Amino acid sequence: MVETVISVRDLSKSFAGVKALDGVNLEIRAGEIHCLAGENGSGKSTLIKVISGVYQPDEGTIELNGTRHDKLTPIEAIRGGVQVIYQDFSIFPNLSVMENLALNHELSQGRKLVNWRRFRTIAKEAIAKINFHVDLDARVGDLSVADKQLVAISRALLHDTKLIIMDEPTTALTNREVEALFRVILDLKSRGIAILFVSHKLGEVFEISERFTIIRNGKLVVTSLPEELDHKKFAHYMTGREVDDVRFEQPETVGEPVLEVEGLGLEGALEDITFTLHAGEVLGITGLLGSGRTELALTLFGLFPTDSGKIRVKGRAVRLGGIRDAIANGIAYVPEDRLTEGLMLERSIADNIVVAELDEFTSPLGMMDSTRRQSEVDRWVADLKIATANAENPVNTLSGGNQQRVVLAKWLATNPDILILNGPTVGVDIGSKSDIHLILQDLARGGMGIIVISDDIPELLQTCRRILILDEGRVTAEVDPDTTTEQELSDLITGAITAGVGV
Amino acid sequence: MKRILRSTEFYVFLVVVAISIIIQARSGQFFTANNLVDIANAMVVPGLFAIGAYMVLVSGGIDVSFPALASLAVYAATRFLVDIGYEGSILLPFAIVIVLGALLGAFNGLFTTFLVIPTLIITLGTANVFSGIMQGALNSVQISTLPPSMNAFGRANLFVATNPTSGLTSSMPVSFLILVAVAVIIFFVMKFTMFGRGIYAIGGDEASAIRAGFKVKAIKFWLYVVVGVIAALAGLIRTTSMGQMHPTNLLGMEIMVIAAVVLGGVAITGGTGSLTGVMLGTLLIVIVQNSMILVGVPTYWQRFALGTLIIVGTGVSAVQLMRRRTRQRLVSA
Repeated sequence: MVETVISVRDLSKSFAGVKALDGVNLEIRAGEIHCLAGENGSGKSTLIKVISGVYQPDEGTIELNGTRHDKLTPIEAIRGGVQVIYQDFSIFPNLSVMENLALNHELSQGRKLVNWRRFRTIAKEAIAKINFHVDLDARVGDLSVADKQLVAISRALLHDTKLIIMDEPTTALTNREVEALFRVILDLKSRGIAILFVSHKLGEVFEISERFTIIRNGKLVVTSLPEELDHKKFAHYMTGREVDDVRFEQPETVGEPVLEVEGLGLEGALEDITFTLHAGEVLGITGLLGSGRTELALTLFGLFPTDSGKIRVKGRAVRLGGIRDAIANGIAYVPEDRLTEGLMLERSIADNIVVAELDEFTSPLGMMDSTRRQSEVDRWVADLKIATANAENPVNTLSGGNQQRVVLAKWLATNPDILILNGPTVGVDIGSKSDIHLILQDLARGGMGIIVISDDIPELLQTCRRILILDEGRVTAEVDPDTTTEQELSDLITGAITAGVGV
Repeated sequence: MKRILRSTEFYVFLVVVAISIIIQARSGQFFTANNLVDIANAMVVPGLFAIGAYMVLVSGGIDVSFPALASLAVYAATRFLVDIGYEGSILLPFAIVIVLGALLGAFNGLFTTFLVIPTLIITLGTANVFSGIMQGALNSVQISTLPPSMNAFGRANLFVATNPTSGLTSSMPVSFLILVAVAVIIFFVMKFTMFGRGIYAIGGDEASAIRAGFKVKAIKFWLYVVVGVIAALAGLIRTTSMGQMHPTNLLGMEIMVIAAVVLGGVAITGGTGSLTGVMLGTLLIVIVQNSMILVGVPTYWQRFALGTLIIVGTGVSAVQLMRRRTRQRLVSA
């Protein structure tokens, strides 16, 4: 009989009358890797917060290490061995690794004074637990994301930990770092520590979990074994609807070239980039982080002055000296990090949609034509199915998928001929992702030239007509998604195999 | 060793040495006993203020109210003591000023703890409230005769240094010991108590500090109380050394003090900085203010030099920050 670390029964929790959790049951056994999956807003975070004592449930019971709790406080959860690793890792970037590791422990011991020698001992003990090699005197802010995460994990192990909850731990990691993280997780498991791994990526659920639980709209959908899951079922459980993941029909013929890039160079980032984008096609560009894919996008958007090479838009040679030049030439760019680069989070949805085309609605005296503004806003909210009761609500009230639609609307409103999207569906749930893919196909069919920069391999294969692979600032391959498997594309990206370079 | 070479403190130290050598070479008067004592004397008040400003900056806030706070605390204390014709020891003035400083600091502390408003705005407000109370309610005027013990404290010195060539003398005030004592205590607090590490932690990431179990509100509140006490002490020292209470004498010092602290490597964004750097930054500004006269630089050029120093000094730390960010980007890529 395997010991149960925590089990929750018939858990319900409402916020302002909205049920965030509705009769959820979950049981986590000692030494088990359990995946918790669900779309944004499905109740995942609420469930984590109830298990870690941050929220008190309205109904239901929690049994931690065999003791029943109607209410669990954060301290009781920690004493019971529950540790949460938040997405931001809850670290102090300005302090040393040693201090980050030892502070929480010393605080929980109620110490008032600092003994630096004891700090060092505690820190050494912490990193030894997962065999993590790091300079204890380095500033945590200078570490890579993966190392920061390892700091948070080793810190969590200082307590007598029975369950570690990891909230979407792979979001900011590269593939290699994800593999390293999985090795750490397997090691923890071998020592009898249970892991609750929160994710919305199918690949991860398959690779790491022993059991998984999917919740949707606050209700438990299924708890099962990954062997019984496939992509279609997963998407169905997550979204509650049938999501097609078949490849989009690509047009046989495409239109005139809208963008021709020839011998483009940017010091230290890009070298001799040559490609053509036609009207009506979706062109994929991929590569590892640091391969130059983001630099290429920003160069085409006029942010970096090029050192060499030519750019032609609709056959006309152009010089892109800044964002204004790019917009004037019909180029739009949807950035990778919509939260910091793409949106004014505190401002209304409407303001965000019209901001790139404000000049259009302004009279020569600088007055805003509010009727035209409103009709424009209404059009985009309807066209892109942005789920909001009122377009005057701030953008940060929307889910990730809907925020991404607002960014799209903002740039589509400028009537671009060329649309460049960097990581269009990062952090977007499956349902919205497939909607965004549909929108892109429609736009291409309408004659727009679209560049999708992504490292999401299924996404690239599904949506693109051609895919360019970048490595160290050069185009190393062009592949046809029709004849390429996910494995082949992944191998090409990581350089495990090389293809004949034909551009 | 590498760590020393990378630290801001080291570069500020180099600049201090370089400027000293230049002034010595041009005037021959820098490394004379009386000039060094003069500099130490001039360090006391800005040095104390700088310690307080450093603590607030590390916590991620910024305090511009300390000169007004000090003026009000000391004016109220002096007014009261003069009005009752106080003739006792210096201990009572110190006690009153410390209590008033703590109360006014607590006022700042309450606001910053319970209102989600940038501390710059709050302390701009309280600075005006403090000087308003002093000038309006207390009807402040210059008090030219202090109680005898305060006068005596202002004149008390540890030793007198004489310049062998010019025969000029300078005395090292007893108050210098207060600067040393406060610096030692605060050094210990910031480095060896959970309260001090909590201030750093809050400046680094307040949400993380709460989750780690720091009592963030209590730490912030007591921080402002401590800073209030230090500022009030500085005010009392300035008043005793001038031999009179000049209510507006300190006002306007905040910019120079914050500049000194930032020059010393304390990040304006919070979380980083050391007391060593703060003392070096203050020393640098005091040397420029005090000793440029030795090389015959007119007063208005001193202001120019100070301004340049601040721009260059803070510019260097900004560049360092940018380098660090770039490095971080490369690391994470």
